[in-house]
Amino acid sequence: MGEKTVIILHSGDMDKVYSALIIANGALAMGMEASIYFTFWGLMRLKKGELDKGPLSKMNMLGLGRQMIKRRMDRANVASLERLMNDFKELGGKIIACEMTMEIMGLSKEDLRTDWIDEWGAVGSYIQEARNANVTLFI
Amino acid sequence: MAEMEIDVRGQTCPIPLVECRKALKKASPGDLVIVKGTHPASRKEIPMACEAMGLKVLGIEDKEGGKEWEIKIQR
Repeated sequence: MGEKTVIILHSGDMDKVYSALIIANGALAMGMEASIYFTFWGLMRLKKGELDKGPLSKMNMLGLGRQMIKRRMDRANVASLERLMNDFKELGGKIIACEMTMEIMGLSKEDLRTDWIDEWGAVGSYIQEARNANVTLFI
Repeated sequence: MAEMEIDVRGQTCPIPLVECRKALKKASPGDLVIVKGTHPASRKEIPMACEAMGLKVLGIEDKEGGKEWEIKIQR
């Protein structure tokens, strides 16, 4: 088995979802396996049409700061989260959705982008993924 | 032996790396993949990725007075 990166995405903030997807794509691009475990606020980003709907982690200012950063990202030609997610899936990345969060937030599978999700799980799934990982991050 | 050219000029992190990887996945062993880009960090990171995957970088060329680069990889 090859080298592996496993990321827990606990945050649903736009900038942190970027961090997770950029790192995960980087890992795949450099020949590693990669998986992202979406939990708590992070899981909200797997709701249909919500991937890029998170606030900014700092200086969101009721969405004003977020808008400004988005404009700057567009100017710098930063890829959209949708594109990063599609690339992640195309390169064989794996998405795990936290079932306990679904229960807490009252979400059913129909609320989520099931086309992206490879596995539904709990802490055991993360540990099993991370057990032999070379890189594991909590975002 | 086929040759594949990908143009990621103007693209920023992590797209040059990702597009390079996508092209390498599609290529057959022995094929040439040529990546054209402008993102400075990718100029050194694409060869790092190739080395990690055991692929041979045949050449790195700077163009347009150092504003563009071209990396030739053998799958």
